[in-house]
Amino acid sequence: MTRFSGWNVFLNGLTGQTGWQRQWRDPQPKPEYDVVIVGAGLHGLATAYYLAKNHGVKNIAVVEKGWLGGGNAGRNTTIVRSNYMMPGNREFYEHSLKLWENLSHDLNYNVMFSQRAHVSLLHSPGARDAAARRYNTMRLTGSDGELWDLETLKKNVPLLNYGLGARFPIIGAAVQRRAGTARHDAVAWAYARAADQHGVDIIQNCEVTGVTRKNGRVTSLETSRGTIRAKKVGLAVSGNTSRLWTMAGLGTLPIETHKLQAFVSEPLKPLLDQVVVFGVGGTHFYISQSNKGGMVFGGDLDWYKSYAQRGNLPIVQDVAECAMSILPCLGRVRLLRHWAGVMDMSMDGSPFICKTPLDNLYLNGGWNYGGFKASPASGWYFADLIANERPHQFLVNYDLKRFERGVNIDERGAGPDPKLHG
Amino acid sequence: MIRIPCPFCGERDHSEFGYGGDATITYPALDAPAADWLEAVFQRQNIRGMQHETWQHVSGCRMWLVVERDTVSHEIRSVRPAHPGMGKALKEGS
Repeated sequence: MTRFSGWNVFLNGLTGQTGWQRQWRDPQPKPEYDVVIVGAGLHGLATAYYLAKNHGVKNIAVVEKGWLGGGNAGRNTTIVRSNYMMPGNREFYEHSLKLWENLSHDLNYNVMFSQRAHVSLLHSPGARDAAARRYNTMRLTGSDGELWDLETLKKNVPLLNYGLGARFPIIGAAVQRRAGTARHDAVAWAYARAADQHGVDIIQNCEVTGVTRKNGRVTSLETSRGTIRAKKVGLAVSGNTSRLWTMAGLGTLPIETHKLQAFVSEPLKPLLDQVVVFGVGGTHFYISQSNKGGMVFGGDLDWYKSYAQRGNLPIVQDVAECAMSILPCLGRVRLLRHWAGVMDMSMDGSPFICKTPLDNLYLNGGWNYGGFKASPASGWYFADLIANERPHQFLVNYDLKRFERGVNIDERGAGPDPKLHG
Repeated sequence: MIRIPCPFCGERDHSEFGYGGDATITYPALDAPAADWLEAVFQRQNIRGMQHETWQHVSGCRMWLVVERDTVSHEIRSVRPAHPGMGKALKEGS
């Protein structure tokens, strides 16, 4: 495998780009693996990579029903941040952000991680106080966070609607400077390539159709490419977790599947340097500008349970109204594409990385719509769980029994209604 | 846009409605064991396919409905008032 470097780019520039090889193999499934991860999205691929790299596991497969990175890995707004406040979450997401900071070097692949700052707009003294509490908590955890007054905000993000007639006048912002965006497809490719280099078999077009159990253990997976025996199985199939859970005969989960849309406009000259978030009076909107110039943005869920990877029109209207509310300069910009992904919405808005009632089956799911930023740490700790068969101390409440214990990790304080967490 | 045939108002855009959730949940008695409440409040079937779910016609008659809908194709098979008394009143026209 050719290592990516400036020298190699230069050399291939002189030799007609003939020196590049395909970036990962397309192997046939073997009859048995030590670990089989279901789902070649960011979480599954990262898990396989860290299992091989951190824990020295040799015989790993990642099976994927479609193509790698074809689910939510390619259906998000690429925002990376760690402005979480609840115990467990804040350490976990901060570790994820630290992994992001070195990810391109670690994987020898430019994931285009851009720490351009995440700017949450504030519209009332109450919101400012709440943000001060949250961002101070983050700083106590070793993360970064600061409050900007209106003058600082105007200087840094000049094109927002600061007009006196604005429905929700802006009074400042809560900012995490180390947050930003990354190139989502590149992250999937980078983990796939790096995992493949460690000998991980990434098997695409291989849908799991059944789970065979014996004596409280999974013995094999039935797939569209035959039976694969596995010593350990990890599920990382956001949106479809309940389906696999049912296949394994395990009953119900504290998860509902909902869909979330994202949008991109035609490319524009640079006009927005940060990720800007607008959330007040029932609205929820986040926007950044991609490296190609497109405005990438999104809002709330589609509000009803769905497994369909297509969005509805009322949310297009909602999101367009939010865009006009804070960035009226976008009024004449045309929408290029919008798409929807299906996600596991959990009962408290927080994920599960845990053991299951079956001895050798492990669960990674319930990411709501925060899974993209979480993927490096998710893979890191899921690999740790599978290799060491015990949850890391950050993960003690990321299990399925937390509700039974009366523990909710509810960042938004929205209660047990999956569609309200975001 | 999903079109929901409201038994009281006729067929309307789903944007007039608020989504409730799984209509098959029955809440246990107040003094039921905690495990029963855990099941009702936190655990979900999360069906991929036809499911019964509640919607409220927020911008119309404000009635709660039970809608049988496919969670993949969004096809609606049946709609009925969630409250049986309302269904009876509708039928009898009083």
